Amino acid sequence: MSSPTNQAVVPTAVLNDSQWTQINNAIAPLNRDQLTWMSGYLAGLANQQAAGAIAAPTVEAVSSNKKLTILYGSQTGNAKAIAQEYKAKAENAGIAVNLQNMADYKAKQLKNETHVVVVVSTHGEGDAPDDAVELHEFVASKKAPKLPDLSFAVIGLGDTSYEFFCQTAKDFDQRLEALGAKRVADRVDCDVDYDSAAEAFIDQLTTMLKDELTAKSQSQVVQLPGLSTVSSAASEYTKKNPFPATLSESLKITGRDSIKDIRHIEISLEDSGIQYQPGDAVGIWFTNDPQLADEFLSLLDIDGEETVSLGDESLSIRQALIDKFELTLGYPTFVKSYLETAPNAELQALFEDKNKLREYLAERQIVDVIREFPAKITAEQLARALRPLTPRLYSIASSQADVEDEVHLTVALVEYDVDGNKRQGGASGFLSNRLDEGQQVKVFIEENNNFRLPENPDTPVIMVGPGTGIAPFRAFMQQRAEDDAQGKNWLFFGNPSFTQDFLYQTEWQRFVKDGVVDKVSLAFSRDQKEKIYVQHRLLENGEEVYQWLEEGAHFYVCGDATHMAKDVHDALVSIVAKFGNKSEEQAEEYLTELRKAKRYQKDVY
Amino acid sequence: MSSQEFPIDKQFVVEGKLSENERIKGDSNLLRGTISEDLTDDLTGGFTSDNFQLIRFHGMYQQDDRDIRAERAKQKLEPLQNVMLRARLPGGIITPDQWLAIDKFAEDHSLYGSIRLTTRQTFQFHGVLKPQIKLMHQTLNKVGIDSIATAGDVNRNVLCTSNPVESVVHQQAYQWAKKISEHLLPKTKAYAEIWLDGEKVETTEEEPILGNNYLPRKFKTTVVIPPHNDIDVHANDLNFVAIAEQGELVGFNVLVGGGLAMTHGDHTTFPRKADDFGYISAEHALDVAAAVVSVQRDWGNRVNRKNAKTKYTLERVGVENFKAEVEKRAGVSFADSRPYEFTSRGDRFGWVEGVDGKYHLTVFIENGRILDYPGKTLKTGCAEIAKIHTGDLRLTANQNLIIAGVEPKNKDAIEKIARDNGLITDGVSNQRMDSMACVSLPTCPLAMAEAERYLPSAVTDIEELLAKHGIAERSIIFRVTGCPNGCGRAMLAEVGLVGKGPGKYNFHLGGDRQGTRIPKMYKENISEQEILEDLDLLIGKWSKDGQENEAFGDFLIRTEVVAPVVNSAKDFYA
Repeated sequence: MSSPTNQAVVPTAVLNDSQWTQINNAIAPLNRDQLTWMSGYLAGLANQQAAGAIAAPTVEAVSSNKKLTILYGSQTGNAKAIAQEYKAKAENAGIAVNLQNMADYKAKQLKNETHVVVVVSTHGEGDAPDDAVELHEFVASKKAPKLPDLSFAVIGLGDTSYEFFCQTAKDFDQRLEALGAKRVADRVDCDVDYDSAAEAFIDQLTTMLKDELTAKSQSQVVQLPGLSTVSSAASEYTKKNPFPATLSESLKITGRDSIKDIRHIEISLEDSGIQYQPGDAVGIWFTNDPQLADEFLSLLDIDGEETVSLGDESLSIRQALIDKFELTLGYPTFVKSYLETAPNAELQALFEDKNKLREYLAERQIVDVIREFPAKITAEQLARALRPLTPRLYSIASSQADVEDEVHLTVALVEYDVDGNKRQGGASGFLSNRLDEGQQVKVFIEENNNFRLPENPDTPVIMVGPGTGIAPFRAFMQQRAEDDAQGKNWLFFGNPSFTQDFLYQTEWQRFVKDGVVDKVSLAFSRDQKEKIYVQHRLLENGEEVYQWLEEGAHFYVCGDATHMAKDVHDALVSIVAKFGNKSEEQAEEYLTELRKAKRYQKDVY
Repeated sequence: MSSQEFPIDKQFVVEGKLSENERIKGDSNLLRGTISEDLTDDLTGGFTSDNFQLIRFHGMYQQDDRDIRAERAKQKLEPLQNVMLRARLPGGIITPDQWLAIDKFAEDHSLYGSIRLTTRQTFQFHGVLKPQIKLMHQTLNKVGIDSIATAGDVNRNVLCTSNPVESVVHQQAYQWAKKISEHLLPKTKAYAEIWLDGEKVETTEEEPILGNNYLPRKFKTTVVIPPHNDIDVHANDLNFVAIAEQGELVGFNVLVGGGLAMTHGDHTTFPRKADDFGYISAEHALDVAAAVVSVQRDWGNRVNRKNAKTKYTLERVGVENFKAEVEKRAGVSFADSRPYEFTSRGDRFGWVEGVDGKYHLTVFIENGRILDYPGKTLKTGCAEIAKIHTGDLRLTANQNLIIAGVEPKNKDAIEKIARDNGLITDGVSNQRMDSMACVSLPTCPLAMAEAERYLPSAVTDIEELLAKHGIAERSIIFRVTGCPNGCGRAMLAEVGLVGKGPGKYNFHLGGDRQGTRIPKMYKENISEQEILEDLDLLIGKWSKDGQENEAFGDFLIRTEVVAPVVNSAKDFYA
């Protein structure tokens, strides 16, 4: 029998009926976050009681929660075979074993391990096998955590006729030690005829670890990790007072032949205490390209060192152009001020036709207006005509349940050509090209309570996120995976081409393999003669989409507002009309009701 | 004939836990697996575990662009997975219409846009994405080509000495190659069902010759017409050496158990020459072919794949036992071998006139890669020729192309197209024509070192060495293979390089020009530079001390630079 939201079967042995009713009344109106906070609060109270020596039942763990994790990195299957053999032997000895291909292993999990055995081969000139590349890089990177609680051993496979025999194994061995882990036994390097050496080592290891890993452990306190630091109070960092974060990774995740340049950006929020939730956005303060500033100065023949005053601040016009002004969008107020200073009949005519002006500015930056309608204006006049720089918001592509003090973004580099001049978006150009890893970027969190996972983890979710619209859904799925949420998840994604533009492809494959995501429907517009978009995939799956909605699914759309969101909405209307036997009007009403119930949410731009 | 008819002699069967591939074949429902389900999975461009192996039996390998594998892993993109297709083309003969169809498909639907002629006398498409695979098979099917059993543990594409139109014997030999190919083909309807949307067959199927678990390992067959050994008999499990009387093919000497594959560091594996079982008259060819295959099916090692090929079966059970079983199963006795001799392996470039008054033009295709290069539009040239040609096209086992059966009136026009598109270039050296490489990087998943991409510059280096020592017109059979599996047949070269790691090769010396001696390892795991330095020294000695017309490999044996490999099992690693 299933139980409704926010309720559980009465634990009669612990609470009496009246206590149970009181608690239920108290928690009924709470949302997910509040409930999470409550659980930590109650656990804290229980701790205090325990500390106060009030007779609380101590729980004796009946079995050890320690396990042995065997990680293998195999190219031809030999390392895998050894790892499997080891698993069988260890399990025979009563050890709980988690056997994982390094390719499927979340590197960040390492710091939660107590016992790890690495089985890895080496290829060519000391190269790691493909499956091991990521983890191999991770343990050598600055991102690698300290591992004081870890005991480890390494089995290397290689071929002594190569110069860098078992190099990958050596690397793991040294790095794990350097990270503070304890070596249980000296590494064994196996040659082509690996069988006997590996077998002896496995037997030795099994004997050594047996006592440690099969001993009964006693625990009185169930630790709820992280909860003590969770604060429901808003962060001290705001748009006006952003946190000086650090760019830890900027990676082009579209293939080398893609027509798009989309970046995966990781920003470290370390020591900020910033908390965000899936669905939130992050605000990015950026600076303008110095080359763009110089283009202004040279077009207008202004000396960059000339001082301008902004409020009570004085600085050079060049610095002001870089740090203070909005240069990479076109906006009418600039045209207005510019015309006041430097009248021009053609520009005036354009300015008076609002539609034309909007179209004109949509494809241009401020500098293009100056280039097309040259005039002589002073630094002060320029400064007065320009709007102050505003930060850009990006939907967050990560969940803190998974990435902790990082925030991830999915950023399309905006790049276009105006009369032979290359133009780039302000923030996307900054994040993609001008900011180096390790450099500072000012950020703040923009809450978005209108784009939230269902409170009930069992509620199904349909996500439509073509292009960079996929970002918040990566966050959603990270969260649902960490929560072990049971609700079904269905992703609709589209982009130009399967081989080049399947954003986070390997992660989605893993989500599917792990059972987090149930369905993925893909629309790659340029892979066939006729263009296929997400709305077409929705229509093709109309019956099932409607069925999910009827089962209570939440429907989310993220991405392009002008075309996609509208096309998706129209598709949804026709699906509801067709499979719900409704008129178009009734279908619209159905969707309005969904929206009111917060079951149809959009994050479009 | 099926295995039921012949009780299997247990003493010749290797006991033990069967290899994983045996399970895959056994569970495959006669090569179907769940390939159809994989085709509808658009989350990945690849095939899942068992199917990854099973598509090979349908003539495809899953590959990816290895040059960008690491880059894509970082980008959270899976490898650029695609398939390579190897067509079944017994004897390498293809019609102009077929050619135009494959030319268009390669152009429109493959990542590399090329037609790759291979050492198995057929062509390969490289870089076909999953959504195009069915279209590929259907396109081929429309023009009468399939790719059944060109890979996997089956009898693969049957080779036949090239240019059969030169004589009646060639024509007859080619017909036998085709018949043998068809006789030994899997009988499962899986191919038609999966790729051609054929009807699902409900009846129980059987594989009377191959067995429902198919063969223990790949199996290669040829028909060869001495004195030409272009197909390299000693690289093959089963060879029919054509014996002619008065210009008519009357029978075959049967050579069994050749093979070049080995595994680095595993001395139980080695390249091995075929044994001569003796002579049979032509009408027994199919029965003998089926008998050899079925004995290997029953006695081959299904426990250790590295020792599963026919050559190891012969070493283990003894040639006489194997031969006796073949005689029993085929119901024939081998007579004494008829005399024959191999004198050459290379292709004869340029025009020759056939017995029927038609002309044949053999063109040199470096690496067998037909593609439009700047100033050398090979692919366009071949297509233009196919548009006017009334004869056929023949792919040679040396990866070259013959435009065969040219009407005298078309000769000039074809010559002009060939010249205009760089298919005929004067001044290609003997050395270049005697050099060969397998595909290797970036597409072959087994490759350990460059082969095709390294060959052109390696040949230039050797040309310079020959010129330096005053023998620019001479040549050395030079072959590079990217891994010890040996598609480039380096183990039958005078100088053979076997890929070991990036820029590193095992360096073999001492094969002969006819392909009847296996070269011995001279140095292990050395760089391209070291190889060239050694060759400089050895070519210098050869030019100075070599006897008249003495080939490089023979010279190295005579002067004891390397010892000859006579009995591979004993000598190869000695």
